[in-house]
Amino acid sequence: MDPTDTGQPDYFHQVVDCQWACPAHTDVPEYIRLIAQGRFGDAYLVNRESNVFPGILGRVCDRPCEPACRRGRVEAKPVAICRLKRVAADHREDVSDRLPKAPPRGNGKHVACIGAGPASLTVANDLLPLGYDVTIFEQFGLTGGLMRTNIPAFRLPGAVLDEEIGAIVDMGAQLKLNTPVESLKALLASGRFDAVFVGSGAPKGKELRLPGRDDSSRIHIGIDWLHSIAFGHTEKIGERVLIIGVGNTAMDCCRSSLRLGATDVKVMARKSRQFFKASEWELEDAESEGVEIVVNHAPKAFVIEAGRLTGMRFEVLEYQVDGSRIVGERVVGERVFPCDDVILAIGQENAFPWIERDLGIEFDKWQVPKVDIATFQSTRPGVFFGGDAAFGPKNIIWAVEHGHQAAISVHRHCQGLPVAERPARGVTLASRKMGLHEWSYKNDYNPAERRLVPHVGLAERFKKIKIEVELGFTAEQIALEVERCLNCDIQTVFAAPLCIECDACIDICPVDCLTITANGTEAELGARLKAPRRDPKAQLYVSASLKQTGRVMVKDEDLCVHCGLCAERCPTAAWDMQKSTVHIPHASDDEAPCQHPSTRQSA
Amino acid sequence: MTSIVKPKIAHPSLPKNELGLTRRGYEGTMSTLCAGCGHDSITAAIVEACWGLSMRPEQLVKLSGIGCSSKTTAYFVSGAHGFNGVHGRMPSIAAGANAANRELTYIGISGDGDSLSIGLGQLAHAIRRNVNMLYVIENNGVYGLTKGQFSASADIGTKSKKGEANLQSPVDPVLLALTLGASFVARSFSGDKAQLVPLLQAGLRHQGFALIDVLSPCVTFNDHEGSTKSYAFTREHYHAAVEADFVPRASEIAVDYAPGESKVVGLHDGSHVRLKKLDGGYDPSDRAAAYSYIERKLKDGEYVTGLIHAGDGSASELHAVNQTAATPLNRLPYERLTPGAAALGKLMARYR
Repeated sequence: MDPTDTGQPDYFHQVVDCQWACPAHTDVPEYIRLIAQGRFGDAYLVNRESNVFPGILGRVCDRPCEPACRRGRVEAKPVAICRLKRVAADHREDVSDRLPKAPPRGNGKHVACIGAGPASLTVANDLLPLGYDVTIFEQFGLTGGLMRTNIPAFRLPGAVLDEEIGAIVDMGAQLKLNTPVESLKALLASGRFDAVFVGSGAPKGKELRLPGRDDSSRIHIGIDWLHSIAFGHTEKIGERVLIIGVGNTAMDCCRSSLRLGATDVKVMARKSRQFFKASEWELEDAESEGVEIVVNHAPKAFVIEAGRLTGMRFEVLEYQVDGSRIVGERVVGERVFPCDDVILAIGQENAFPWIERDLGIEFDKWQVPKVDIATFQSTRPGVFFGGDAAFGPKNIIWAVEHGHQAAISVHRHCQGLPVAERPARGVTLASRKMGLHEWSYKNDYNPAERRLVPHVGLAERFKKIKIEVELGFTAEQIALEVERCLNCDIQTVFAAPLCIECDACIDICPVDCLTITANGTEAELGARLKAPRRDPKAQLYVSASLKQTGRVMVKDEDLCVHCGLCAERCPTAAWDMQKSTVHIPHASDDEAPCQHPSTRQSA
Repeated sequence: MTSIVKPKIAHPSLPKNELGLTRRGYEGTMSTLCAGCGHDSITAAIVEACWGLSMRPEQLVKLSGIGCSSKTTAYFVSGAHGFNGVHGRMPSIAAGANAANRELTYIGISGDGDSLSIGLGQLAHAIRRNVNMLYVIENNGVYGLTKGQFSASADIGTKSKKGEANLQSPVDPVLLALTLGASFVARSFSGDKAQLVPLLQAGLRHQGFALIDVLSPCVTFNDHEGSTKSYAFTREHYHAAVEADFVPRASEIAVDYAPGESKVVGLHDGSHVRLKKLDGGYDPSDRAAAYSYIERKLKDGEYVTGLIHAGDGSASELHAVNQTAATPLNRLPYERLTPGAAALGKLMARYR
């Protein structure tokens, strides 16, 4: 194999699994170290730089970082990354004077953002400091989009939304509430805007056309029902509720039902648990509140008696499963579940009745706009899409990243630069060596298990829909949980010319991830490692030929715990522990690419 | 010294031996030797060897004297018995322990100072008595613990860190062992675990005294240019005469060499060493030939490594010659161990 090019920005970035998995590439180990030092405000700002809404995401993020977390590979559970983000938000000091500000004089460019959800707000967040005049059109009377209307207040309090959205709007965005855009044509024709960003979400809940659907008012579309709770229009539900679907919306529906008077709530799933769409932790939370999840039941008909919904008929299914794939199914029976209300939570889609089809914006056969996956530009230059409006329902952190990318595109478009050319990523490395065996990070492995966030008591939490269930980590829990982070961004950096092949690093490595051996092809070399290669897709570092024997140093990045013992036992400092800072460009970095984007002091 | 303890976590797919233990089950405490010390690699090779033999940790006895090398018994198999003796006197303790309990496996770790200077007489007599043990000399040519003076194994012309050349002729432990009649003599290098691990396993299973001289560079005082025991010099001048492969008991001996190229040596527990001759005509069973070959190569400045001599040591072994009790003394009934005044009187009467 050729020597690995670690100068290529993605190499060390991928080693930081959480940051690589995060759509917005939040520098997780960095903010966790800052929390460990009690620098909550700094930790908050590190978060905000990439994910814009640390307080919101610290509560409701889908946390793609956690399944990726390295700790989960050497132990049962990953670091509670998401809840540590909340710690940074909850405990931060006043950082308002360190938030980005709009310059006193604008740049004369006008941008319209349609919808006041996370994607539009991110675009505004990135463009306002550059002097853009940003107008946000929102059809309802409140900001936040689905974050506010679809996520119940017991998971995400309104005050958290108000604060973080306020920080953006207060930079000087023109917020037009209760102002739905009814015609994009008219908006474009007004000539007021140099660019338009569509961040209108996926506001349409999927229907379930079954017999009896139109014969009762007690059959609700999940996201509409959650919306009417958020706006105070719905305050009650029947005692027995069936939720159809088992995604995260279903989890919010069943838990909301319990707070509006329901006592018997069942989530009806078509398949078995391994195929559920809901996040494991949301399922856990729902079940701990007494929600029953019924598997292998497919809805067949609404049972209407004397004009009243009395139940729902299901087919009971049996599946043949091969590994993680269903290879066959058969109906083994039928069953009626009595109920007072049914909530449909089987998905949602985007809808654009207000976009005329003759504007040069192409739609595919499902009426979804054609959007470039890198620039987020539609087929009409100057019109951009992001968030759920672009590629259908994802989650908040994806909407934020779409917003960042779209902001870069808007900025380039308004400067007359080609939007397809993107600012480059970069990586910088700095040694963490302080002395002979001293590093400016804590490299000792703490065997503590994952801490559990304390919750409000079961009886207490049902009293009002707005009681936030999770209380956040205690000080003691924070102190332990931060120690669980393995500091994956403190990289093992190897200098082949210094190595004397004494084997010290090989012998000390607790997870046997190092090997000195003759070079070969990847498959053949991978079979000769000191410990068997667990994941054939995991990165393999291969050094240049070593001086004394011509062999190579090979590192399987998969299980390295970044303890730094290789560097401590290296007599020639051929191994060094260096902090990698991955530079993910935003719109503000596009003007002066030579300048380092961040002036913050790293932990 | 390292600032942290090696974490207890391990690679989830580390292979397990017959006892269900991974390599990690054969580790000891953290090494306090200099980073990069050859001795640490030998420690890792011993861990690997014991794991590969599926040895019960409590089956092993670790013995050592004084010196950097002698510290290393703490760094492997923490579940084993251990005795850290006086400088150079480990062989007598090994002989005594061995006489008292022949059921355990004995490994002595020593250095060139401990074995070839202060303890040379002890080593010579352990070989002569054919104590059933594996004796490892971690040979770096300097007194590392006292800041790098030449030791008795320093080659003529090798330079100290300050540039001074050694003028005295060295004691070569391999030639010494061959002279004294050792039945298992090998040389290896800390930087070559592929060679060292099978040699250690064979040595642990050999009936009689097994000596392995392991060249183990001192990274602090003897790894400079001009040294004949540095990593770089050893790599350039070591010459593997025989490749030894340890074949555990009950495993089939696969012969994949042309006849005449390979030779199988049986060990007393039913395991085998398969030797592949890399240097045509070299026969490790011929002691006299081995002696002259090694001597000639040493004059050429080459370290011959591999299993240099292997013979049958069982007839002259300590227990056979002294007719010791087969049962370990700690398991003999008190009456047999101390037969009392009457029995003593009877015994004394024989000399009157």
